[in-house]
Amino acid sequence: MVPEKQQMKITRIENGTVIDHISPGAALKVFEILGLEEDEESSITLAIRVKSDRMGKKDLLKIEDKFLTHKESAMIALISPRATINIIRSFEVDSKHPVELPGKLTGIFDCDNPNCITNQEREPVEPQFEVTSKNPIAVRCLYCDNLMDEKQVTGQLIQNN
Amino acid sequence: MESTFAGSDFITIRDKSREQLEFIMDKARRMERYRNIGTDCARGHLMGTLFFEPSTRTRISFQAAMKRLGGDTVGFPSTEGTSVQKGETLADTLRTVSQYVDIIVLRHPSEGSAKLASELLDVPVMNGGDGGANHPTQTLLDLYTIRKELGEIDGKTITLAGDLRYSRTTRSLARALTHFDVELILNSPEQLRMKEDLLMELEEEGLNPVETDDLEGSAAKADLIYATRIQKERFPDISEYKKVAHAYEIDKELLEKTGEPLLLHPLPRVNEINPDVDDMDNSVFFDQAGNGVPVRMALIALLLDLTDR
Repeated sequence: MVPEKQQMKITRIENGTVIDHISPGAALKVFEILGLEEDEESSITLAIRVKSDRMGKKDLLKIEDKFLTHKESAMIALISPRATINIIRSFEVDSKHPVELPGKLTGIFDCDNPNCITNQEREPVEPQFEVTSKNPIAVRCLYCDNLMDEKQVTGQLIQNN
Repeated sequence: MESTFAGSDFITIRDKSREQLEFIMDKARRMERYRNIGTDCARGHLMGTLFFEPSTRTRISFQAAMKRLGGDTVGFPSTEGTSVQKGETLADTLRTVSQYVDIIVLRHPSEGSAKLASELLDVPVMNGGDGGANHPTQTLLDLYTIRKELGEIDGKTITLAGDLRYSRTTRSLARALTHFDVELILNSPEQLRMKEDLLMELEEEGLNPVETDDLEGSAAKADLIYATRIQKERFPDISEYKKVAHAYEIDKELLEKTGEPLLLHPLPRVNEINPDVDDMDNSVFFDQAGNGVPVRMALIALLLDLTDR
């Protein structure tokens, strides 16, 4: 039996973010793309394949004192499109919303066409993609028209972080 | 319609409607009268021609077009002798040249370079070819040639032949043809088939191309053949190029046997068109290159909002 005090530490955070409804088995990927391995300050709780009324099973990630940027939220949407983000302040849920994949993705991952202008050294341009399909994910480079599928996108997100 | 072009860029065929393409072609037809005698509607205007890759037709016909309109051009035919060789970025080169000119035509090996130029600059940018991605002014003159030679584009069977994988001219043309009611045949060796993404796009737009490697069969069905060079410079692996370098040849015998379809080619040609077809009435590839002048005159006039008198 886990002592109550310790259990509270695991289940509740004072301020920070709870990423809920992560696709089962995907929490480690989310952990990686948020670069949490390098984060030596935040206390983090990771739950894998816990019971969920909505999903049967789900993963869960709680990060103390961290609030996600739009870019981070878009990255999570690419890995786990059904995830929800809960912002916690003073132990209370301050806001709750599903991750949303924006129609346009800027500066999150690179175009995998080496000849694309966004891959040329020192040119002042960020890779930019139009999302052409959300399930499965497919994107089109707005500069060179190159198409990338879910595997190419998520593979790169994990590799880069 | 005229005002929708003023000050805008010409980067890709993707965002152009049939009405816009036809509007430019109508304007080009009116420009024919100035093609040899010239006009002065662009007097005082300067065009920057920035060619980071070799070009004969695109560069010279853009220059001819601007000069026939009464304007002038400055620029470079290769990066030799420019600060690009000292490591200057494309962006800095563009921002500098745009200080001197009213409109820019850019050819660059990186795909998406023209779009970047259009984002960085206030002056209109025309894409003269960006890597293997787009060559929209070539497409304009291709469509113009088809319309001029065959009366109209609708109702025609068109065979695109040769390198459909790396060729930007066939990519741009195929995209433009989705606006018209045509039958499209794609004739290429297995290794040079059109990329899947473009095929999907064509199908989504209701154009259902037939893929084949039977040149004679596809020539016999076609009102026109659009042949392309197998482009050595676009192959990532030279051994792959060697396998297909002599994959097809169109000669007089083939054209006579197949009902003499109209023959277009963006040029330069290497081995794919035998010179014995050059004197045939339906070999129009040099006229096609010539059509680059009125078409580019029309485009420059529209983007600079010039009044042709």
